[in-house]
Amino acid sequence: MKDNVLISVNDLQMYFKGGAIKALDGVSVDINRGEVVVVIGPSGSGKSTFLRSLNLLENPTGGEIVFEGTDITDRKNDINKHRQKMGMVFQHFNLFPNMTILKNMTLAPIKLLGKTKEEAEKTAMELLERVGLADRANAYPSQLSGGQKQRIAIVRALCMNPDVMLFDEPTSALDPEMVGEVLEVMKNLAREGMTMIVVTHEMGFAREVASRVIFMDSGKIVEEGNPAEIFDNPQSERLKSFLAKVL
Amino acid sequence: MAEWFADFKADFILNFIEDNRWKSLLKGLGVTLEVTFFALIIGVLIGVVVAMIRSSFDKNKSTMRKGFAYYVFAILDFFCRVYLTVIRGTPVVVQLLIAYFIIFATSTNSVFVAVIAFGVNSGAYVAEIFRGGIMSIDEGQFEAGRSLGFNYVQTMIYIIIPQVIKNVLPTLVNEFIVLLKETSVGGYVALKDLTKAGDIIRGRTFSAFMPLMAVALIYLALVMFFTFLLRKLERRLRQSER
Repeated sequence: MKDNVLISVNDLQMYFKGGAIKALDGVSVDINRGEVVVVIGPSGSGKSTFLRSLNLLENPTGGEIVFEGTDITDRKNDINKHRQKMGMVFQHFNLFPNMTILKNMTLAPIKLLGKTKEEAEKTAMELLERVGLADRANAYPSQLSGGQKQRIAIVRALCMNPDVMLFDEPTSALDPEMVGEVLEVMKNLAREGMTMIVVTHEMGFAREVASRVIFMDSGKIVEEGNPAEIFDNPQSERLKSFLAKVL
Repeated sequence: MAEWFADFKADFILNFIEDNRWKSLLKGLGVTLEVTFFALIIGVLIGVVVAMIRSSFDKNKSTMRKGFAYYVFAILDFFCRVYLTVIRGTPVVVQLLIAYFIIFATSTNSVFVAVIAFGVNSGAYVAEIFRGGIMSIDEGQFEAGRSLGFNYVQTMIYIIIPQVIKNVLPTLVNEFIVLLKETSVGGYVALKDLTKAGDIIRGRTFSAFMPLMAVALIYLALVMFFTFLLRKLERRLRQSER
C-alpha cells in the first residue's frame, strides 16, 4: 500500500432484506491524501450510502474500510475517535437550531478535543472570517439563508481539524442562486489541499475541481477516471446515457 | 337587600372566620401544592427515564446486534410499555386507592402515598410527552452530532435533550396544571388537601355554598395564574429562535 493512501475501501457491501436489496455491492477504492474525489450517479445508485458508510453513519454488511491504517469497521476500534478526523457536510445542513453559530462551531472542539473556550472561539472566528460570515457569529441558524447555513456547516466540520471532508449532496437543498457561494468555499478548500469526497449533481464542479470522478450505478463503481476521461470519453453505456441526461 | 347582605355576612363569618376555618383552607392549599409539586418531580424523573429507554430502543433495535445488551434493552422496553398501558388504562382514583389500601397498607401518611401515586401516574404521561419530544427531533441532528465524533450518550446530552426540553416545556407546565386539579381526589385516601378542607367545613357548618365556591375560586385563580406563566414562557421560547 502506498504511503499517501488515506482511506482504503475493500469490497464494501451493504445488503438489506437478506441480500435482496444491494445498496452497495462490492465497492473497492483507494482515496489518497489531497485528492478531491467526486462521486456521481443516478439517484438510488448507492453513492450517498457509500459516502455515509465511510464514517459508519450506515453500517456496512461486509468488507472493510481502512482509515489512516485502522479498519474502522472492526467494532474493537472506537469509531467516535475516527469520526473526529472525518468532517461531514449534509444536504440539509443539520446545524443545531438552539445554538448560536459560534456555539455550533465550538461545541465539539471544547467537549471532544479539550480546547478552552477562548482557543475554540479563536479558531472558529478565523474560519468564519475566511467564509465571510464573521459578523454572523452570534446569530441563530434560523436567521441565515440556506447558502450561509451550508457555509457554516462546512466550517463547523473544519473546526475539528479533520483529515478528510465528506460532502453529501451539499448544494442539493439550496436555491440556485446560493449554490455558487457554497461551491466557492469548497473550491478554496480543495485548493488548500484538503482531501475531499463529494457526492454531487454539480457536473461543472466535478469537471473543474475533481482530481478523480467515480461513476456509480446499482451499488457498484461502473467507471472512474479523471474528469476529462469521464466527461469527454465515457466508456460504458450506462455512463453515456447518464451524462446524456444530466449535461 | 339589606337582609340578604346580612345573611351573606353571617354565612361568611360562619364558614371562614369562626373557629379560624379559613386556616384549614390555607393549610389544604399548602397540601395541594406540596403534593402536586413533588408528584411532578417524581413524574418527570420516571418520565425521562422511560422515554429514553423507549425511544433509544425504537431507534436502534433494527441495527443492534442480538447480544446481551439487546435483550436487556428489550426487557426494559417491555416493562416500560406494560407500565404505560396499565397506568394510562386505569382511573387515577383506583390507582390511588390501590396505593393506599394495598401497596402502602401499613402507612397512614396520606401525603406520602398521594405523592407516590400521583407521581407514578404522572410519569406515564410525562414519558409520552418526552418520547414525542425526542422523536420530533430531526434524525439529521443525531447524525450531525455523531459525525462530529460525539458518542450516542454525548449526542443525547449536548445536542438532543436541550432541544427536547425547549420543545416540551410548555406541555410540561400544562401537565402540572392538570395534576394540580387531579389531586383534588386525594380525599379518597384521607388527604387533607384544598378540596377536602372545603368539604370538611361544609360538613361542620351544614352550609355548602360558601366553602365549595371558595375552593373552586382558589383552583381557578391558581390555574389562571399558571396559564398566564405558561403563555409568557411560550412567547419567550419562540423569541430566542425560529
